[in-house]
Amino acid sequence: MDKREILENVVRICGTDVKRCMKCGKCSGRCPAFNEMDVKPHQFVSYLASGQIDKLLDSKAIWYCLSCMACVERCPRGVAPQGVVEAIRNTIAREQGKNGIKAEDIPPIIDDRIPQQLLVSAYRKYNK
Amino acid sequence: MKICYYPGCTLKTKAKNLDNYARLSAKALGVEMVEIENWQCCGAVYPTSKDEIATKLSAVRSLDYAKRNGGKLLTLCSACHNVIKRVNYDMKNDPEINFKANNYMSLDEKYNGETKVIHYLEMLKNVIGFDKIKKSVVNPVNKKIAAYYGCLLLRPSGVLAFDNPENPTIIEEFIEAIGGIPVVYPMRNECCGAYVSIKDENLSRKRSTAILNSAKEKGADMVITACPLCLYNLQKNGEGIIPTVYFTELLAEALGVKNNG
Repeated sequence: MDKREILENVVRICGTDVKRCMKCGKCSGRCPAFNEMDVKPHQFVSYLASGQIDKLLDSKAIWYCLSCMACVERCPRGVAPQGVVEAIRNTIAREQGKNGIKAEDIPPIIDDRIPQQLLVSAYRKYNK
Repeated sequence: MKICYYPGCTLKTKAKNLDNYARLSAKALGVEMVEIENWQCCGAVYPTSKDEIATKLSAVRSLDYAKRNGGKLLTLCSACHNVIKRVNYDMKNDPEINFKANNYMSLDEKYNGETKVIHYLEMLKNVIGFDKIKKSVVNPVNKKIAAYYGCLLLRPSGVLAFDNPENPTIIEEFIEAIGGIPVVYPMRNECCGAYVSIKDENLSRKRSTAILNSAKEKGADMVITACPLCLYNLQKNGEGIIPTVYFTELLAEALGVKNNG
């Protein structure tokens, strides 16, 4: 896909209308992973609205979003910044060799209490 | 009373206590949880991208089974509840997801979100009633307990409709019903670090210690949760500030059925 097609696809799958954003910044203010993010939640919305897809595709923040839905809950305009983050992460992870975690990284971190829920959710979020 | 029950994969392995104490307690309260046939893992996270259909189908299978067997589906794990309830909402309200999922599933009768998804806590409150639970308590818990809601039960509130997302009360009401003293603290609906703990333990450590410190500062002896991943993160990355246990363990203890299994 070229950049225009990627942009169109992200708009199509993100499940939210970023043009409704009024730039109040509550999403970033509420984000528990704000400090870890190079591109902040409100920027995911504004960059997508202005078509600056490259900045989003280069972000490392997609691997730090917790999908906690705090940004979605607080938005006074019904925008879902998490939906944009997930759409970008899926765009990256669906490319060959761009998964967020590798199978060989898992065995060393397994302990006898690790819940299946953690492994399944991480694989569903990071790998396609 | 019988109700269809979806346990999920973690409750069959690492979170057996969450499941076992829930069944024992429900039995003592007159409810039989009937595990649905051939359930599959729900996927643990709800896929928000609109073109993700296959990852929603296992939830649809369970929902359709429950529709044909009483019309209600009981959940216990916060993650399963979140995924199944959100997929159910899509089947009812998103024509494109409904069309594609039904097209793939080829059911005898289309599934359109008819099943009512109920979390175990909602069953305690709305089906059994906290008053009845209070009367059934034989060992009042008598401790200061902090309810940890986390994210998955509450958000997005428009779909989950579980409780007030900013000021929930259902778990505090539960604590009172079993004879405990609920401790309200600021971080009770914050995220523990979720699945990101697999990539970056530091983020989960910051979140988990902040949550447990917040509960401890308000005088809590322990934290209770309904989520295996929250329990894992809080125990592993919370530096042992105060203990975290499943809410069903305290319920079984209060009802005097903890050692019946």
